Amino acid sequence: MTEQDAWILLNAIPGVCPRTKHRLTAALGGPQHVLAAPRDHLRELATEAVARRIVDFRQQYDPQTLRDQAASVGARILALSDPDYPAALRTIPDPPLALYVRGRIPPDVAVAVVGTRSPSQDGVEVAYTMALDLGASGVCVLSGLARGIDAAAHRGALEADGVTVAVLGCGIDRVWPPEHAPLARFIQEQGGLLSEYPPGTPALRHHFPARNRILAGLAQAVVVVEARSRSGALITAEFALEFGREVFAVPGSVLNPRTQGTHQLLRDGAHLATGAADVLDRLRIRPRIRDVASLGPEEQALVDLLEEPLDLDDLVRACGRSSSAVAAMLTALEVQGVVRRLPGGRYVRGPSG
Amino acid sequence: MLAKVRSSSVLGLEAYPVEVQVDVATGLPSFTIVGLPDAAVQEAKERVRAAIKNANYEVPTRRITVNLAPADVRKEGPAFDLPIAVGVLAATGQIPPERCTGTAFLGELGLDGSVRPVSGVLCAALAALQMGVQRLVVPAENAEEAALVPDLEVYGVCDLLQTARFLSGELRLEPVRHNGKDPDDPADEVDFADVRGQEHARRALEIAAAGGHNVLLVGPPGSGKTMLARRLPTILPPLEWSEAIEVTRIYSIAGALPARGSLIRRPPFRAPHHTASAAALLGGGSVPRPGEVSLAHRGVLFLDELPEFHRDVLEALRQPLEEGRVVLARAAATVTFPAAFMLVAAMNPCPCGHLGDRLRECSCTPTQVRRYQAKASGPLLDRIDLHVEVARVPSPALLEERTLEPSSVIRERVLRARRLQQERFTDRPYRTNASIPARIVRKVCGLDEPGKALLRAAMDRLGLSARSCDRILRVARTIADLDGSERVTTAHVAEAIQYRSLDRRP
Repeated sequence: MTEQDAWILLNAIPGVCPRTKHRLTAALGGPQHVLAAPRDHLRELATEAVARRIVDFRQQYDPQTLRDQAASVGARILALSDPDYPAALRTIPDPPLALYVRGRIPPDVAVAVVGTRSPSQDGVEVAYTMALDLGASGVCVLSGLARGIDAAAHRGALEADGVTVAVLGCGIDRVWPPEHAPLARFIQEQGGLLSEYPPGTPALRHHFPARNRILAGLAQAVVVVEARSRSGALITAEFALEFGREVFAVPGSVLNPRTQGTHQLLRDGAHLATGAADVLDRLRIRPRIRDVASLGPEEQALVDLLEEPLDLDDLVRACGRSSSAVAAMLTALEVQGVVRRLPGGRYVRGPSG
Repeated sequence: MLAKVRSSSVLGLEAYPVEVQVDVATGLPSFTIVGLPDAAVQEAKERVRAAIKNANYEVPTRRITVNLAPADVRKEGPAFDLPIAVGVLAATGQIPPERCTGTAFLGELGLDGSVRPVSGVLCAALAALQMGVQRLVVPAENAEEAALVPDLEVYGVCDLLQTARFLSGELRLEPVRHNGKDPDDPADEVDFADVRGQEHARRALEIAAAGGHNVLLVGPPGSGKTMLARRLPTILPPLEWSEAIEVTRIYSIAGALPARGSLIRRPPFRAPHHTASAAALLGGGSVPRPGEVSLAHRGVLFLDELPEFHRDVLEALRQPLEEGRVVLARAAATVTFPAAFMLVAAMNPCPCGHLGDRLRECSCTPTQVRRYQAKASGPLLDRIDLHVEVARVPSPALLEERTLEPSSVIRERVLRARRLQQERFTDRPYRTNASIPARIVRKVCGLDEPGKALLRAAMDRLGLSARSCDRILRVARTIADLDGSERVTTAHVAEAIQYRSLDRRP
């Protein structure tokens, strides 16, 4: 058995955490040796349960079955020893032994944008714009495909025609939450999906912290946009610190409970980010400016009014034109991707997702 | 001795003739009513007996049999009291029987002999004309309503004594004429001039009124959704004579006409509460009566808190929305009521109501929001052309001193747009842009190339479906009509796209 096959097989063993697998590998001198070790020996090195799971699994499965299984859902497997395995991820203490991949693996320059699943509208806005600008500047945007900030980040990067990769907490053939199936399809087309779990694995609660370690491992920097005091995003930030990645937090209103986590990060010394420029600056990447459509004077005047989100009535009041004229101009601007409508009927600058 | 008195009863929207036959014969004293009377008709004998006595006439201590012909249709309600009493008086010779021919009677009696108002008088009057009756005697309160029908002598009576003396020729009554009060100028209690801010919503309702489009208002509590909806009837065209008769008939049957009600000339506004049952909304009863959808006929049906309505109630609204009528099938009869209304629905954007509100953060989870919005979607949302987001008006705008357009000015524009539609749709079964059938919508609302390009781009970028495209075209047609424009231009389409916010990709 090759080393790659051994990693793949070892990775797929359920109920044993990557850390234990790494410890056994180190103790026995390689993944092949773990798979070949007699049960008694394994029991001495770990526990009875771990030994039983390894022995049971290696009797039932062989690497080819796992590869076929992955291929049947349109994914490939990258073992830790594979030359394509993301270099950044190799540097963390207990990297995934193998990764299931659909689409691309993230390039070296990647930034994770993460945050709460129930963000405020401002939070969605910030995450979206941040990802949009990062994507436009050629930075891969990583996130976890969750509701809220994660989804906004993926959408922003997609809108910029940038690369975005989602790291999943379930099998690669599954989508959690289910309503993000279309989003997942777009991400796969324009970037990639990654998971360390074999196809068919459901999204279990304890998968998500493990997933967050991969996110932090792949990224050069982690940006936290809105997180409550005990948010999963903070776990990602913690991993990032442990792995020596840059951590950024976006400040917000002190009255908004969704900023407790981010403000705690800032208090603990995270970099402050108000936009993609702060992140790009620290990573020494030159930002690229988005194309601006050429606008007529009246349309430009309307766009200039949108310093803050405004609804149609605000715009009518401010520019003194009729509601019908403003509505018609807004549609034209929306179609050109200059302004975007938020739920509730307010408009902001920036293309729609 | 036998007497025959004419009357009528209402089934659905139509009255049918009923002949009240009274026979007074020798035998043991009794009072029997036959001809499928319901409980209220059965009780008529007690009222009639007391009323005759208290009018100082005599109830014969003989065998009285009353038949309501045709005998195979169920009769209900107290409107037969007066014809039965008149029949008894005629059969006993207390009034000359020949004076009753050519006259129809309708009215409830009190024990003191007073004549009380009944429902459905307008229908009865219309039917009386068809029956070839020249004179109609009705309760005084209903006389004006009956007098809406021309070529009919209508007499309003207050009590049985007056009726009997009139029939005996001892008393002259003047036929009631329609009071001729100009009904075109009813004073509206509400007006669009009261609405501050809300330019977007005002414009949307103007478009809705002009094209007969159904509207959904979405906004946080207190943003003025109900206030806006209430004012919609004030900018709708006043009812034409035939429409007014139609609406007044429905109200007459439902007993919902205002006291001494005359013709309803204004499009009605109905706002049933969300706890209303399907029967209350659509109509019901063993002899069916019109429900809220029919009371809103030619007017506005306002459903506030749309997601709170029962699923089956909303489901039941499909037929009236599609066909403009409700068919109520009951064991006794199948009845059709007209129900061509404009639907105005209102809802909060999310369960807590504050999604997108500038004053308060929304505290709902995405799942809650989705579930809430899904409740409103489905069959009903499919029939709604305009989605309007109603935002809270910021206080500076509320205090502005600008004089705002009153309803009468907006109504003029609406009327102009409606006239254009009438010309376009002569010889067609539909009258407004909202009801252009899907097959020909692309033809009627044809776009020029730039307009098509814009619509395509909007579909791509905003994720609009083909179905919502059709709705956009209809609304764009109405906007062009308001503009007095023959062609639907890019600007018209662009504006129309802003009224499809709920179709967009989330």
